[in-house]
Amino acid sequence: MTPRLAVRKTYKMYINGAFVRSESGRSYRPEGNADMNLPLGSRKDLRDAVRAARQAQSKWASLTAMNRGQILYRIAEMVDARRDEFQEMLGGKPRHAQEVEDTVTTFVWYAGWTDKFQAVLGTVDPVAGPYFTFTLPEPTGVVGIVPPPSHSLLGCARHLAPVLATGNTAVILAGDADTRPQLLLGEILATSDVPQGVANILTGSVKELLPWLSAHMDVNAIDLSGCPEPLLADAERNAAENVKRVYRFQPVAPLSPYVMAEAIEAKTVWHPLAR
Amino acid sequence: MPSHKLPTPESTHQEAPFEVFGYAPAPESTSIVSLAERYDCFINGEFTPPHSGSYFPTINPSTEEVLAQVALGDSADVDRAVTAAAAAFPAWSGLTPGERARYLFRIARIIQERSRELAVLETMDGGKPIKESRDVDLPLVAAHFFYYAGWADKLEWAFPGATLRPLGVCGQIIPWNFPLLMLAWKIAPALATGNTVVLKPAETTPLTALFFADICQQADLPPGVVNIVTGAGQTGQALVEHPQVAKIAFTGSTEVGKIIQKSLAGRGTHLSLELGGKAANIVFDDAPLDQAVEGIINGIYFNQGHVCCAGSRLLVEESVAGILLEKLRSRMMTLRVGNPLDKNTDVGAINSKMQLEKIEELVLSGVAEGADLFQTPCTLPDKGFWFPPTVLSGVAQSSRVVREEIFGPVLSVLTFRTPEEAVEKANNTPYGLSAGIWTDKGSRILWMSNHLRAGVIWANTYNRFDPTAPFGGYKESGFGREGGLHGLLPYVEISR
Amino acid sequence: MVTTTLPLSDVLVALPARIDTVAAEERAAALAKRSIKKESKLFALDLAIRCMDLTTLEGADTPGKVHSICLKAMHPAPNDPAIPSVAAVCVYPSMVSHAKEVLKGSGVHVASVATSFPSGQSFRDIKIREVEEAQRAGADEIDMVIDRGAFLSGRLDEVYEEIVQVKEACGSAHLKVILETAELGSYDNIRKASLIALAAGADFIKTSTGKLTQAATLPITLVMLEAIRDYAWKTGIRAGMKPAGGIKTAKQAIQYLVLLNETLGSEWLTPAMFRLGASSLLNDVLMQIEKERTGSYFAAEYFSEA
Repeated sequence: MTPRLAVRKTYKMYINGAFVRSESGRSYRPEGNADMNLPLGSRKDLRDAVRAARQAQSKWASLTAMNRGQILYRIAEMVDARRDEFQEMLGGKPRHAQEVEDTVTTFVWYAGWTDKFQAVLGTVDPVAGPYFTFTLPEPTGVVGIVPPPSHSLLGCARHLAPVLATGNTAVILAGDADTRPQLLLGEILATSDVPQGVANILTGSVKELLPWLSAHMDVNAIDLSGCPEPLLADAERNAAENVKRVYRFQPVAPLSPYVMAEAIEAKTVWHPLAR
Repeated sequence: MPSHKLPTPESTHQEAPFEVFGYAPAPESTSIVSLAERYDCFINGEFTPPHSGSYFPTINPSTEEVLAQVALGDSADVDRAVTAAAAAFPAWSGLTPGERARYLFRIARIIQERSRELAVLETMDGGKPIKESRDVDLPLVAAHFFYYAGWADKLEWAFPGATLRPLGVCGQIIPWNFPLLMLAWKIAPALATGNTVVLKPAETTPLTALFFADICQQADLPPGVVNIVTGAGQTGQALVEHPQVAKIAFTGSTEVGKIIQKSLAGRGTHLSLELGGKAANIVFDDAPLDQAVEGIINGIYFNQGHVCCAGSRLLVEESVAGILLEKLRSRMMTLRVGNPLDKNTDVGAINSKMQLEKIEELVLSGVAEGADLFQTPCTLPDKGFWFPPTVLSGVAQSSRVVREEIFGPVLSVLTFRTPEEAVEKANNTPYGLSAGIWTDKGSRILWMSNHLRAGVIWANTYNRFDPTAPFGGYKESGFGREGGLHGLLPYVEISR
Repeated sequence: MVTTTLPLSDVLVALPARIDTVAAEERAAALAKRSIKKESKLFALDLAIRCMDLTTLEGADTPGKVHSICLKAMHPAPNDPAIPSVAAVCVYPSMVSHAKEVLKGSGVHVASVATSFPSGQSFRDIKIREVEEAQRAGADEIDMVIDRGAFLSGRLDEVYEEIVQVKEACGSAHLKVILETAELGSYDNIRKASLIALAAGADFIKTSTGKLTQAATLPITLVMLEAIRDYAWKTGIRAGMKPAGGIKTAKQAIQYLVLLNETLGSEWLTPAMFRLGASSLLNDVLMQIEKERTGSYFAAEYFSEA
């Protein structure tokens, strides 16, 4: 039998619910993987992603919490279904199986938080006066994420899931290592009922794209966990331009409801109380 | 194009009613406050002269009289203060939580005992009406210390499953509009969570902070836990740039907030910012109009409009714009502007000459853009800094007076037709600190609350504050909350 | 200013009754904190006497009691000519003629409660008749009560029509319409009842009969003053205001005057536009005047009972 000639996959970024190559027409070959061309995202790809995330945000936040939870759970199901493919991409070792397992766990865990974080991060405020006052957590809006590169899949999951659970939308800069797992996660998102634009995954040079992301005036918060130290000061300076919320978790965000606190706003509502 | 110009109300209201029943002056006595000629920095539990040997005057903005000379702290003083705070940190954070709580309760009590003195001093140094410093500022200051005193020994129950650790030395920079209240908002949660602080009061209103230093001594607070370095912008900058400072908390303008955020870039210093605002106060046609008028007045003329959450943009449903403005103007006729120490004064002095010039410049720009100006008729004192309560109508969403924070007693009026339009206009600003909603309809209140991008929503009320209720902004109004459970977060490292 | 009367339905549509309770009460409380000192305090105390309806409404009222109160009304401090007379003496209809006789020529008015005071629960024709009799007996002013039963069951037209008829029966007498606010349940209703009374031709609106434990309060008065103002803006017709019941101290009286001053303005600072209904306020006001004049605190026994 003649050996099968493989039909190779074209790797594409996931922007606004669509799989795209970079509008710039560029690609890169990750170190040690000369046989693949991954999209080298451009600032225009980034612009499109932020625009998509902005457009999708209010609708995503206004879905019922139950609905968002089901969608996050669906992501877990889809990752689970393609665990072998992920493990293979990650390097094929047992620890990679564990990373996939942890990723599934992460999405399942946050799926359950969508209708519970309000109870942990919200309060009823017993003010001294004839008012009923309460404080609700609300999504910050559009969150830019540079996930820690040490765990290409789990890094995405741990930093994306809490952002989505709370009703934010996200633009992920996955970097320019072997980002096939992140791009595969894009395919997962596309088939998990995540509305278009809610999560966007770009690959390419963080050094090139981060200045645009951190300075983008329509991005409300930025997770710089994976930002290389030499780029950090500039990114944070840029972020100040529109008073972005900036946060980092290292080496990777824990499973904790307080991770969600980074991309939420507390909104306090007062109303008089009288007959 | 439909005209959005407001209908001119046919006013039938009489002139200002005070000629017949004019209230005789009722000034609060200042004899309760004994001021020294000169105040030093409060470092490591003691008042010590500034390194530079320089002092600057702090004045009463309603008379321009010099009240005292205050130390001009420089980077050497900041360094001494930070060093003292760092030295005090291990012992303070290592105290049993119950002991920390007791210190804070003690401070709260002393503030209550000395509340009249502090209220009068606040009014002398800042220009706000005595009835506000007496009935709003001081009760809230004491309440804030009481509230966070109670948290000090309950932190393990604050955030389920998490361990909290204090950050270390907190540098705190506060504004001049609520000098002692902002001090309380900063110091109470910081100390409750086990941090030590270096506080830089505003240049124009340092005195109550220095009296607070005296209170710390009275309370036998360990030296170095609270340090106060007075000065101007450079003093604050030295504090921001000090490498041993683990956290900066700043309340002030968005412009300075951004500068601080930038200068901390890449340093890993914790930061919380409470910045500017341009809040919409939204009145629907089914609102309780007379109470809405009170809310508008309280929203913009409280503390001369020197309030970051001031309701400086009135959005009124077009169908009631005429009657609402008529009621508003009529009500403005009764505002009493003048001596802040008079118990009947509603609107006091503008805090500084610089602020007055900024207000004047912006109002003039509004008039130049074609706004209709209405002001409370009043005779302003010759000395001091004054600006009458002002309404600018006939302005556009693009006007500077609609977009820029004026931080003075100036209200800009816009109209809207539908709830969607109200939300769109209210949110059409880089700020997001607060908003007001006036309507009889419960479902609409909740819908509006949901859609307004602001940290504090006052429905059928305005400018209410309480230590149990978080306060802070969305977007360029800053991040982090002060007050309530949420107010602990900016002062702790949280680990699960 | 154009003066127009409007049908009730137009008034209720044009001036909707929506009051936020907490904000209204806060506004009233803020005004109560005004610090009234020295000459403005003396002005207010003097005005409080001039605007006072000195009241006796007891089952045990007799010509003798009414006589005594009328003397007090004309000369609150007989030894002090600087102290003015009160505005009116307020009595039951059966006492009107006695009061009229004593007060003749003094300028002090006789006010009579009427319309089956305090409940108002009687037949329309009897109520009208009572008003006519009181007026014929010499009442300068009629203090009627509204039909709360009709109001609370939603028969607003009936409330309105009755007031219109009473007004007609008053002839030249001035009509004060008592809402008995404590029975109306909400500030919204107080405003609505105020507007009904105003539209029906009330010369004054009045808070209470004084027969319930809950009577005049500052926020209730504020809400009614705002109704008077809004009605005046709408129609040009200016009505007066009378808080009554529970006003016992000079300090309270001054608070009502401040509320009036800052809501309706100086033109209302006259007995023609404002009354304080009170039975035990007068001596406290006199005591405070003495305090202002002499600087010493006084004791009640230095002032005569009515």
